[in-house]
Amino acid sequence: MEDLRFQHRVRTRAGGTRQSAIVGVVASGNLEVLVERVLPDAECALDIKTAAIGFGEVWTAVVGDFVERYSPGGLRFSINDGGARPDTVSLRLAQAVRLIAENGQ
Amino acid sequence: MTAPLKDITPAERARSTSFYEASARTRLELLLDAGSFVEFIGPEQREVSPHLKIFDLPEQFDDGIVVGHGRLDGAQVFVAAQEGRFMGGAFGEVHGAKLTGLLRAARQIGSIPVLILFDTGGVRLQEANAGELAIAEIMRAVMEARSSGVKVIGLIGGRSGCYGGGGLIAGCCSALAVSEPGRIAVSGPEVIETNRGVEEFDSRDRALVWRTMGGKHRRLLGAADVFAADNVQDFREAALELLGLVGPLGLERLKAEQERLADRLRRYGACEDAVDIWTAEGIVHAETVPELPADQFIALADRIGRTSRDAR
Repeated sequence: MEDLRFQHRVRTRAGGTRQSAIVGVVASGNLEVLVERVLPDAECALDIKTAAIGFGEVWTAVVGDFVERYSPGGLRFSINDGGARPDTVSLRLAQAVRLIAENGQ
Repeated sequence: MTAPLKDITPAERARSTSFYEASARTRLELLLDAGSFVEFIGPEQREVSPHLKIFDLPEQFDDGIVVGHGRLDGAQVFVAAQEGRFMGGAFGEVHGAKLTGLLRAARQIGSIPVLILFDTGGVRLQEANAGELAIAEIMRAVMEARSSGVKVIGLIGGRSGCYGGGGLIAGCCSALAVSEPGRIAVSGPEVIETNRGVEEFDSRDRALVWRTMGGKHRRLLGAADVFAADNVQDFREAALELLGLVGPLGLERLKAEQERLADRLRRYGACEDAVDIWTAEGIVHAETVPELPADQFIALADRIGRTSRDAR
């Protein structure tokens, strides 16, 4: 297992009022993303535990692209990864932002 | 043009969603009344397995089981759903404790039924002792809850089926609903082949696996009470039907179940294959049973009518 951590400054706060959301499952080629609205509006953080060791550069690129595209201010992402491909990671991150952007608890 | 998502009613969504393909969370969302589900010990509490880290294996925040309460047609129910894609839905220490706790709460309250959405290969081998203990605790908790008047209904239609200790727990439930892809057994196909040889059971013969352990056979044998088509709405309706049918557990019921099982062994103990059993049941062209669509199969099973409603 390898632990990775990313912190970004972002332009805007993520929409919606939900406090947390979860998408995906931990399986081969899949991952789960738990997203929580716990940070100041201009910050976002991602904590990743991955079964695939040595892919830090790919994660840096995928996370950088995601933060640029969605500006997920105020959100902390906790990820358990079973060795998902970059496109699956991008999809799950987008689903997590979409889900927490809903209104509700 | 298809209708926008917001115009689709929850029942239509549940009808068009495969139970087999859906995640544990989606199954619960669509099985219960819309928006009624409240989770206990949710993923944000991070109650993960204490064992997987030792094996350098990834954890899941809910340890592969979602437990909570919600409403089914307006009435309160406790629910537990296993995620069959995380480590084959296997029972570990935390996973098992969540289900045990749910059943004990149901027993204390006494009037709220429990729905268990099984999707499991059995005990998680990396935490074998804790997992075996969990199975024993859950079986005891099911029987204690049932003794206190709680109905415990099992719904089985996931990709991991219901194997190992999961099969034992299912056997303790008040009633079961199963779909065609949902399999119920204790030893899985590979386990039987490994221990008894390929002539006893060829695990690569998928047709053999399904007609021996699959939902249709379990329904015809009376092990499962209701056969559901593979969509969440059908399982919702099956759960409602079973909640209306299940009677109280007492000595008489256990004796009736013992008699049912003894009778089954007398009738079919010498049969070599499930098709022989179906033929002995009086089904004409029994070899076509695996090909029957769900509605035709349900009509056939209801006609044969060998259910366990007076037993279990």
